[in-house]
Amino acid sequence: MTYQEWFREDRLPHIYCTGCGNGTVINCTLMAVDEMGWKKEDTAFISGIGCSSRAPGYIVTDSLHTTHGRALAFATGVKLGNPDLHVVVFTGDGDLAAIGGNHFIHACRRNIDLTVVCMNNQIYGMTGGQGSPTTPMGALSTTTPYGSAEPAFDLCELAMAAGANYVSRWTSYHVKELTRAVLTGMQTPGLSFIEALVQCPTNYGRRNKFKQVLDQVEFMRSHTVLIQKLKRMEEQGEKFPDPVIPVGEFVRRNRPALGVKV
Amino acid sequence: MMEIMEGSHAVAEAVKQCRPEVIAAYPITPQTHIVEALADMVADCSLDCEYITVESEFSALSACLGASAAGSRVYSATTSQGLALMFEVCYNVAGMRLPIVMSIVNRSLGAPLSIWNDQQDSISLRDSGWLQYYAEDNQEATDLHYIAYKVAEDHNILLPAFVCFDGFILSHTYEPVDMITQEQADRYLPAFKPYQKLDCRDPISFGMYATPDYYLEFRYEIDQAMKRSAAVFEKAGKEFFEMFGRDYRSPVEEYRLDDADTAIVAMGSICGTVKDAIDEMRDAGKKVGLLKIRTFRPFPSAEVKSALSGVSRVAVLDKNISLGAKGAVALEIKDALYGSQVPVLDYIIALGGRDVRRKDIREVVSNAEAGIGDLFYGLRTEVL
Ligand SMILES: Cc1ncc(C[n+]2csc(CCOP(=O)(O)OP(=O)(O)O)c2C)c(N)n1
Ligand SMILES: [Mg+2]
Repeated sequence: MTYQEWFREDRLPHIYCTGCGNGTVINCTLMAVDEMGWKKEDTAFISGIGCSSRAPGYIVTDSLHTTHGRALAFATGVKLGNPDLHVVVFTGDGDLAAIGGNHFIHACRRNIDLTVVCMNNQIYGMTGGQGSPTTPMGALSTTTPYGSAEPAFDLCELAMAAGANYVSRWTSYHVKELTRAVLTGMQTPGLSFIEALVQCPTNYGRRNKFKQVLDQVEFMRSHTVLIQKLKRMEEQGEKFPDPVIPVGEFVRRNRPALGVKV
Repeated sequence: MMEIMEGSHAVAEAVKQCRPEVIAAYPITPQTHIVEALADMVADCSLDCEYITVESEFSALSACLGASAAGSRVYSATTSQGLALMFEVCYNVAGMRLPIVMSIVNRSLGAPLSIWNDQQDSISLRDSGWLQYYAEDNQEATDLHYIAYKVAEDHNILLPAFVCFDGFILSHTYEPVDMITQEQADRYLPAFKPYQKLDCRDPISFGMYATPDYYLEFRYEIDQAMKRSAAVFEKAGKEFFEMFGRDYRSPVEEYRLDDADTAIVAMGSICGTVKDAIDEMRDAGKKVGLLKIRTFRPFPSAEVKSALSGVSRVAVLDKNISLGAKGAVALEIKDALYGSQVPVLDYIIALGGRDVRRKDIREVVSNAEAGIGDLFYGLRTEVL
């Protein structure tokens, strides 16, 4: 089976805007699923509400499209109800870190055997571009017309601190790396959290000086530095891009996990 | 001044004129245009207010509760899933007697997911102790906000209020709206005077534990305040009428009901369609009228009874369903008419945004005349 066969063509056309980065993340995830050799019958995709959370609707397997913020709580039930299932969660920055923030930290704490892929477009995309907990300070949104005045969450730091076994961040520019990260996440027992920064030309880019889709993709290329390299650069006083987005593997460890198939 | 405005923007303008001191809201379709407009006003300093971009509706209403307890005039807006998430806080706000006003941009509840209009969301909170006012058009949706604050904050009432209007059908539609001026608004709605508030020099506790010796009495007091609020609504409506000429004095509105054989009962924007359909039916010689419910909580049973006692039948249009029973409005109407011989037929209609046209109203009336009712109108049996 190839990753294309995981798509549900009868649901096309999809809802994503031209230039949206979510499709890339879905492709990467399905390529990883494919490489894992998982079967449709053993795999379930769970999501909350948002553009990102629409992803399971385009995939042929069982899926639960739930309520805003609760994907991880529902996924916990699915996984513990049937540990034989491979459970993948698609979520967004708002879904995961705003309204669902509580479930996020507790799922990491329990270290449930899930693969969580967060499409972080740094905005509430589906509802028209309001500021989210990952909207960078100073960025414009429909609820922060002169720039967000609140500090943003670092989702990877949060997942790491809360106890997830595998944490990594890539972007929709880094297709190969992202695919490999999702794959590694799937291979790691316990909660695997993969943050995928994505461009949202409609609701983030055009308000924040990214005139073209590619401008934002280019930003993700040029402002990301491998986390280990960034540490070295900091130590040696080297110059790095400002702002800088650390990417790569934040943690891979073996804390006791919940719901692992034995 | 008469302006062509989107419903959401007219409501946002009215809210601004009510001078809330704290707004906390979480975005949800189709409420977003209201809170985005308010966020803009706060950012531009045309509204002196704290605007909190909270992380969920649960936090939104919780922050509102706190701000109201601290003595501020408070506003929020939500719909559907957002309101469902506020359920717990809604009961607390009412129980603590905090006069928060919240716009409910009516939308259906999942699953399945739908962003379109019906009134299941606010109806589901009917027992929570919030006043519930329903608007037919954008003018009414706008005006009811001033009135809602006035009733809610009355020291004899102290209850929170929903101003409900239909999502998209009103919120996203441009209509002429006659906006009052800020100066007029200030005259109508003076600054908020809290009856009690959190004050370290005179400490009080909100929401403490009530033993079985007291709990029943707390509920009784809320119910009494609800009942008293009917007269306060009428008074606030009278004042509004005298100042601005628009008449919201009555909790119900009658349209060509005087000599009607069939009375339709409905709430919200559907009333506009019903009125047009009634005009057509009247032209064709059918005696049909409308009773529009403006205040669903408190429910105006006495007014309903007197308005409907002369008709031969009542057809209720319910944009909600109490699954396993009937539509919520029909249940109230039956209760109000208990003991009379007038048959009440219920039609569950327009759920999840299903469009309703004049011909549908005609068909409902034909059904009612034939004694056929208590059904889901327009059911597509082929997809069952
Ligand atoms: C309880 C509740 N509140 C609000 C909403 C409205 N809502 C739908 S999607 C969304 C934001 C989604 O943001 P994110 O999770 O970042 O996903 P994106 O659309 O950006 O991919 C919101 C606020 C909802 N569906 N349910
Ligand atoms: Mg987002």
